[in-house]
Amino acid sequence: MTRPTTDQIWGWLDAVPDPEIPVISVVDLGIVRGVEWDGETLEVAVTPTYSGCPATTIIAFDIETALRDHGIDSIRIKTRIAPAWTTDWLTDKGRRKLETYGIAPPRAAGGPERCPHCKSEDVERISQFGSTPCKAQWRCTDCLEPFDYFKCI
Amino acid sequence: MDAALFEFLLRQGDNTLVLGHRVSEWCGVAPVLEEDIALANTALDLVGQTQMWLDYAAEVEGAGQSADDLAYRRDVWDFRSLLLLEQPNGDFGQTLMRQFLFDAFNVLNLRALEQSKDQRIAGIAAKAVKEALYHLDRSRETVVALGDGTAESNARMQAALNLLWPYVGEMFIADPVDLDLAQKGIAADPSTLRAAWDATLRPALTDAMLNIPEDDFAHKGGKTGARHSEHLGHMLAVMQSLPRAYPDARW
Repeated sequence: MTRPTTDQIWGWLDAVPDPEIPVISVVDLGIVRGVEWDGETLEVAVTPTYSGCPATTIIAFDIETALRDHGIDSIRIKTRIAPAWTTDWLTDKGRRKLETYGIAPPRAAGGPERCPHCKSEDVERISQFGSTPCKAQWRCTDCLEPFDYFKCI
Repeated sequence: MDAALFEFLLRQGDNTLVLGHRVSEWCGVAPVLEEDIALANTALDLVGQTQMWLDYAAEVEGAGQSADDLAYRRDVWDFRSLLLLEQPNGDFGQTLMRQFLFDAFNVLNLRALEQSKDQRIAGIAAKAVKEALYHLDRSRETVVALGDGTAESNARMQAALNLLWPYVGEMFIADPVDLDLAQKGIAADPSTLRAAWDATLRPALTDAMLNIPEDDFAHKGGKTGARHSEHLGHMLAVMQSLPRAYPDARW
């Protein structure tokens, strides 16, 4: 069997959904930091979003499963802590998908630009934390819908 | 084994482990849902940071132990956490006051550790400081809101500050381990962080309409393990009960 190229593998990984926010892929999330062949072994470097994110082990497992489904048997998943993950690594495609899904994408200004539902810019914070470590709770003061905001770090 | 480095890493990991566990005790019983979630997320960050510190500690020790072994198989006297962090939660205000006192220190310490000559420590610190800054934003805001709230909430926050203040000094006491690592450029001398900590704390406590106690008496013995308060043993009895009852259990 010819060895798949790393470009091909990046494409496959882009089809692996994030377990907590399945609308975006692990590549969209910016946590896959490297894909390299080391002889016959494929080494994938993954960085955690938050130190205690419980999805981290599931993500490694999902990546391994996807690669095995594509016929790669020898896989090494490495955790890479530095440089630390930042929401700057979210892809543009990922940001768009988040908003369509109802999660306001991160912004350096520290809060959402607009309500992901009705697009009103009149929004207020409910809590700095949310349903997963990477999100906070906000509310639209126009349509009154609460929504998740992807924290900017 | 580099004994000073191992000791330092235990201190880092034990601080986040003990505080993380304490904060997690609120899970399911916090005053409102949003705060319950916030406390649980804070605990999760702290326990995640513990994993990074104790993983490295276990490697430096080189005795075949894992981070889990260090967390679950040591007894009270082997813990190197600050006395402040093992103090019981008290009410919600007291929990947030404890968090604020520590967050302000933690951010300064991690900022200094980002410059560590030990690349592994610098990497962990750079990761952890982002979370610590977020915690500090929230604990500072909550302490101010509760202090400058009602007569009842102000009285409770003042009582919390009075109760916890004697545990503040221990954070800044440098011992031979600190001085050895500071001299090698691996860690900060904690006594050098006090002025910046005061500069964070005092304006916030003033905004919170709280009086800073004048007495600077400091309890100590947690960081060196010489004398923990009675609370830590009770906490570990709960935290370690499962791995103690079922060693090597897996699921």
